[in-house]
Amino acid sequence: MPPVDTWLYPTPQGLYCAPGDFFIDPPRPVPRAVITHAHSDHARPGNHTVAASSATLALMRARHGPCPAETPLAWGEPLHHRDVTITLHPAGHVLGSAQIVLDHQGTRAVISGDYKRAPDPTCDPFTPIQCDLFITEATFALPIFRHPPAAAEIARLLASVALFPGRTHVIGAYSLGKTQRLIALLRQSGWNEPIYLHGALLPMCAIYQQHGIELGDLRPATVAEKRDLIGRIVLAPPSAIADRWARRLEDPVVCMASGWMRVRQRAKQGGVELPLVISDHADWDELNQTIDDTGAREVWVTHGTEDALIHEISKRGIKGRALRLIGYGEEEAA
Amino acid sequence: MKPFADLLERLLYTQSRTAKLPQLRHYFATTPDPDRGIALAAITGELTLHAAKPALIRTLAAERTDPTLFALSYDFVGDLAETIALIWPPSQATQLPGLAEIVATLNSTAKPDLPAQIAAWLDAADPSTRLALLKLITGGLRVGVSARLARIALAEWAGHTTADAIEEIWHSLAPPYTDLFAWLEHRAPRPDPADAPVFRPLMLANPLETGDIAPLEAPLYRAEWKWDGIRVQLVSTAGGTRLYSRGAEDISATFPEITCPSPAVLDGELLIIRNGAVAPFADLQQRLNRKTTTPKLLRDHPAAVRLYDILFDGTEDLRGLPFDARRARLEAWHARNPTPLLDQSPLIEFRTLDDLEPPRANARSAGIEGLMLKRANSPYLPGRPRGHWWKHKRDPLTIDAVLMYAQRGHGKRSGLYSDYTFGLWRTDTELVPIGKAYFGFTDRELDFLDKWIRANTTARFGPVREVSPGLVLEIAFDAAQLSPRHKSGVALRFPRIARLRADKPHQEADRLETLMKLIK
Ligand SMILES: [Zn+2]
Repeated sequence: MPPVDTWLYPTPQGLYCAPGDFFIDPPRPVPRAVITHAHSDHARPGNHTVAASSATLALMRARHGPCPAETPLAWGEPLHHRDVTITLHPAGHVLGSAQIVLDHQGTRAVISGDYKRAPDPTCDPFTPIQCDLFITEATFALPIFRHPPAAAEIARLLASVALFPGRTHVIGAYSLGKTQRLIALLRQSGWNEPIYLHGALLPMCAIYQQHGIELGDLRPATVAEKRDLIGRIVLAPPSAIADRWARRLEDPVVCMASGWMRVRQRAKQGGVELPLVISDHADWDELNQTIDDTGAREVWVTHGTEDALIHEISKRGIKGRALRLIGYGEEEAA
Repeated sequence: MKPFADLLERLLYTQSRTAKLPQLRHYFATTPDPDRGIALAAITGELTLHAAKPALIRTLAAERTDPTLFALSYDFVGDLAETIALIWPPSQATQLPGLAEIVATLNSTAKPDLPAQIAAWLDAADPSTRLALLKLITGGLRVGVSARLARIALAEWAGHTTADAIEEIWHSLAPPYTDLFAWLEHRAPRPDPADAPVFRPLMLANPLETGDIAPLEAPLYRAEWKWDGIRVQLVSTAGGTRLYSRGAEDISATFPEITCPSPAVLDGELLIIRNGAVAPFADLQQRLNRKTTTPKLLRDHPAAVRLYDILFDGTEDLRGLPFDARRARLEAWHARNPTPLLDQSPLIEFRTLDDLEPPRANARSAGIEGLMLKRANSPYLPGRPRGHWWKHKRDPLTIDAVLMYAQRGHGKRSGLYSDYTFGLWRTDTELVPIGKAYFGFTDRELDFLDKWIRANTTARFGPVREVSPGLVLEIAFDAAQLSPRHKSGVALRFPRIARLRADKPHQEADRLETLMKLIK
């Protein structure tokens, strides 16, 4: 059996599978790409042929328009391409997010993209796949990152809404994934009021709804009267909450939903008044648990604090390697 | 303990005073005695606690964590207590005691048993509660709530009294303040301070901008110096004598020589006075930094109070009288009770407000911060009422200095490089540090500075980074004083960053000799 790094390796154009002649989540356009998920640091426009989950392809179409040749793959459906078999399994990160499983001459590599293990009503749950090589993200790869249950964070938000009935709570959330998860969590916690959205968040929500995700009564925040938003919950992109946009709201309580909110300095920097530790990435325990679940003896670590994770898994006899790929974690990290 | 930790966490992120009030009210309304009273003491700085050293909690963390992971985490977080709170391994949580029980246990636990006790609590707590515990234990509990704000919240929550009314009995009360809460909840009458030497709310002045001067009518005002010490209230009753700071903190033990010959409540400025001359503020700072004092400090840094006003003569409340009448009573009281450590701040004669401009502008002599203008007919009112008292500070001095070192901040600025050491050119190539500043800039500037520092670091010494000369800071300060303790030989009073001068080449920053000329 050929060692994995003889047929799968990083190049300046991105992670490359040689026998299949394709790239995974390439930072620049290539003839053939396999995409883990639709976040813009993983799914760039301009590729010729794209294989991905059908939800990911739908989200990519909404963001960048259609690509010339799309190959939608269902969970577990094998695609035999030259000497490589490509299979997708859910990664639990955002709608459509996939782990890419590559089998070549008896060895198996799993590229997990971004993933989490915590329950999320808006996407299929991560399933661990046995493999020889596991490629993991490391956004929150320090033992200080242990995400609390999301429901407890939503409870803190709703307590604040009750404590400040004369103010508007505005939550910074990324347009794809975080926004829809927050809405679904609020609905699970019994918040049945209309939720108001910044215009940039509406298109992605529509696609989630087309995929059968219930989000309830959503309304554009932009057309609402300032006083009608008192006591309401408004969602906006992180760039808008500290901006002029948020000043249209009545005495806003600026909230931010992100794994980074665990660290006070990070929260203070953005002028956040109510930090919510809600992340779409695996925390320290999930990263370690997942690596063990895959049974992989070799792990490549991308975008994040690789040192700590490589140090930790080496104590369990697992070989770790920092995979410095360009451009990941720049947009919708956290 | 968890409700207290939740309160601290929310207060930490809340900038505006008005937004802090509902959080405090909610806490007092939903937390039982005695926990809420202990929390009140912790917030107002009245809590006495045998604090542990940071080394203790660092050792605890070392026993539970991998040193490599701890180092990487600490580097990321930048604050020791927060790193430990976050990295502490999760465990099957047992019940954590309430705040009052934790404080009582801390004060009764023998030193050798303390680490095991703290570890057991950390095991039972979630991360934000762990952080509150660690800050409480190491004495680093900074919540950004003044005692005054806490009393406003109490009054608002009770709905039938005022913060001033609470302040007037405050110093006859003790944690956990169950009698206070009983009164606020209509379960008992107002606690009677009897003849306890309690603090009375101070009357404060509004800053006077130059443009405000013209409309003031000179004959209606009195002028006096604004001395460069700290504002104090000296209270003497049958129940004892206390010296209070402006924030109602009891500082009697720090200045034991200040006594009162006859019952009264007096308003004045605490100063170090040697042979009749007011010493620089730095000298007073030496005494303020300690809880108690030493014979040597008492001899070398003798304190005195320069009186501005009288609130009570014996048990007679004079606060309703106009300023002129109180001034006469102060002079009479002082004549009856001459004592070397209490003197009177003189009134400054003037006919027109223009007469006051030269003395104000020249006020940069030792011990004077500016001028006060007080309406002759104003009663003594608590707080900062508009239109009665004005403070007219002399203009600050400024100098262009070069950033030399940066250190990570504490509290809300932990993790950011927010403490800055800056210097001036002694020769064309040698910079000499002249001071430190850690406020005076906006969050945006803080962000810029933090990034600049990380990109221009030349060496690291623990939490301190040395940066290459390149960034000019305009430093404002109130005075420069000779100081043999500083390498440059000079110390600044109240240095703050007035402006970032990213536009200015660092070679054009000021020279040390320029600053030396400003020393008075
Ligand atoms: Zn992602």
